[in-house]
Amino acid sequence: MSDAVTENEYDSDVEAAIRENHPALITYITAGDPSLEDTKEYVEALDRGGSDLIELGLPFSEPIAEGPTIQAAINRALAAGTTPEGFFELVDDLETEAPLLVMTYYNMILQYGGSEAPRASDGRAAKPRDKPEVRPFVERAAGAGLSGIIVPDLPAEEAGPLRAACDDHGLDLVFIIAPTTEGQRLDDIMSQVSGFAYVQARLGTTGARANVSSATHESLARLEEYDVPKAVGFGVSEGDHAAEIVEAGADGVIVGSALVDIIAEHGSDTGAAAERLEAKAAELKRGARRGADSLTVDGEDAPEPEQP
Amino acid sequence: MSDGAHETGAFDEYGGRHVPEPLEEPLERLAAAYDDVATTEAFQTDFRDHLEEFAGRPTPLYYAANLSDRYGADIYLKREDLLHGGAHKINNVLGQALLAERTGRDRLIAETGAGQHGVATAMAGALFDLETEIYMGKKDVERQEMNVFRMRLMGAEVNEVTRGDEGLADAVDAALEDFAENVDDTHYLVGSVVGPDPFPRMVRDFQSVIGEEARDQFLERTGELPDAAVACVGGGSNAIGLFHAFRDDDVDFYGAEGGGEGADSSKHAAPLASGTDDVIHGMKTRVIDDDVDVHSVSAGLDYPGVGPEHAMFRAVGRCEYTGITDDAALAAFRELSETEGIIPALESSHAVARAIQLAEEGDHETILVNLSGRGDKDMETAAAKFDL
Repeated sequence: MSDAVTENEYDSDVEAAIRENHPALITYITAGDPSLEDTKEYVEALDRGGSDLIELGLPFSEPIAEGPTIQAAINRALAAGTTPEGFFELVDDLETEAPLLVMTYYNMILQYGGSEAPRASDGRAAKPRDKPEVRPFVERAAGAGLSGIIVPDLPAEEAGPLRAACDDHGLDLVFIIAPTTEGQRLDDIMSQVSGFAYVQARLGTTGARANVSSATHESLARLEEYDVPKAVGFGVSEGDHAAEIVEAGADGVIVGSALVDIIAEHGSDTGAAAERLEAKAAELKRGARRGADSLTVDGEDAPEPEQP
Repeated sequence: MSDGAHETGAFDEYGGRHVPEPLEEPLERLAAAYDDVATTEAFQTDFRDHLEEFAGRPTPLYYAANLSDRYGADIYLKREDLLHGGAHKINNVLGQALLAERTGRDRLIAETGAGQHGVATAMAGALFDLETEIYMGKKDVERQEMNVFRMRLMGAEVNEVTRGDEGLADAVDAALEDFAENVDDTHYLVGSVVGPDPFPRMVRDFQSVIGEEARDQFLERTGELPDAAVACVGGGSNAIGLFHAFRDDDVDFYGAEGGGEGADSSKHAAPLASGTDDVIHGMKTRVIDDDVDVHSVSAGLDYPGVGPEHAMFRAVGRCEYTGITDDAALAAFRELSETEGIIPALESSHAVARAIQLAEEGDHETILVNLSGRGDKDMETAAAKFDL
């Protein structure tokens, strides 16, 4: 169980941040886009704006099935020379109200575990790190003050080593639930999840709004029997979307691309971007609250799906 | 030795399905469809008919007498370069397109780098009357205009990918996104023994016709099996296709990777000769070190990872993998052209170069080389290099 014992009834900082700030706003930006210095200001702006959890993307060069917006951010961050160590130093420096999570690919975690191993000096037979380890990354993440890890390309059935390392260091391991996740795989994933379940209504991020309501309802209905908080992300960009998701029964709303767009639009004007990020976070948080209020007015905990 | 993964998609510790959750279910469905449909006698018969009538199988086993005389070992070439389209790619494409048609898909998508796999997919799309969309980085579209024309002529839509570096990796991302959004009517036709399960074992099975034919032909011709089998390895489909039929035989396997400027340099595409265990493009496999720039003179070998079954072969010592440098491959390209009147693809030239090395070393009397493709597409590179 967690080392970072919290002074509340919840299992972890992450779960507490969602439950106590219900409905929670979870924001994502890519670390190093356009530079790690800028990221520091942006994270602080999102924190001020009312984020209850902040996900930081640690960029990886082969982000399979990432949307074009986030992928462009990842490319900018890599072009700026963002490394795992630079990322951890940024997190070392950050002091936010909201707990921080890292979102990255399994390759990055394994590579970090191998980089400490001695490198063979001769070419052909070089085996510098045949058995990369997940623990060094988790230890460093915990040391930097991160509260959890999200790894989109880690299948639940292979998550054992990372799950164990996260448990030892008091980190949550968040998994993504797709509209197509059901049956045995849903059980497998939910048995590994901690912190919250990341409910993704659709892989594509644009033009999905017409389907949002029913897709979100269906996903949340499948997850009803599981105790962990559920947060929904699917290309949310406005307060009204946040309200709709919370009305559908989600415990939190995840916003990424809309924030990354703001950063991309402002280029080197860090101050202006930070202001807009703070305002956008506030708008989204208000929207989420609106959704929760309408539930209270209706006097229902879990409303029936509304048919558009 | 493990035959590979019909349940888990794993080749010992390699392989698997390391993909974002929205892709899990579509891949599970594809794996089930493959196991149910492609194993039936009806499917296999249909597949074989198409290989014969459309692709031009069986391909000859050719004794390279002049090359053999020069190096003192008997060198045989499996002539996949004579297939329709000029390479072994068509074997896999026909298998997957047939599966797509049988499982009610009406649309094919594929990624392509240099355009060879895109052209092969466009052929199958025309043959089976399936809507075909090829994702290709903008940079590659500009560099490989002829292949773009071929694809369009056969009715495929070429989708120019402008994100990221506008290269192969970005085309893969775009194709995966399309697949996840359109999984009900679309088949993603992966071009090599790479990616998440079921692709590595499915593509291997469709390519294993190469080795099955070669084994029969070799026995018929010499009364014995070859001492060594040699193939180039990018993703590794022609190599697995050749090796699979010999996996339980006393035949030494040699894989020739894109050695670029040398497998100990900072520019190569030889993750087996010099790389590390890692996860990339949905599979656990060997990947070049992160301080190495992926590079090979041959576009088909210019890939940072490799099929997971090769990673397993390396780990258990079943196959020896060596990086063949750009220069050695180009020399073999020229040598086979001059001695035998056969212009090999630059990819296949890596295998020829490795075979010449083995013949010079003298430990093998008979060497079977998979000549996986023809070199027409490489004439501009050759003309510049050799001042033709």
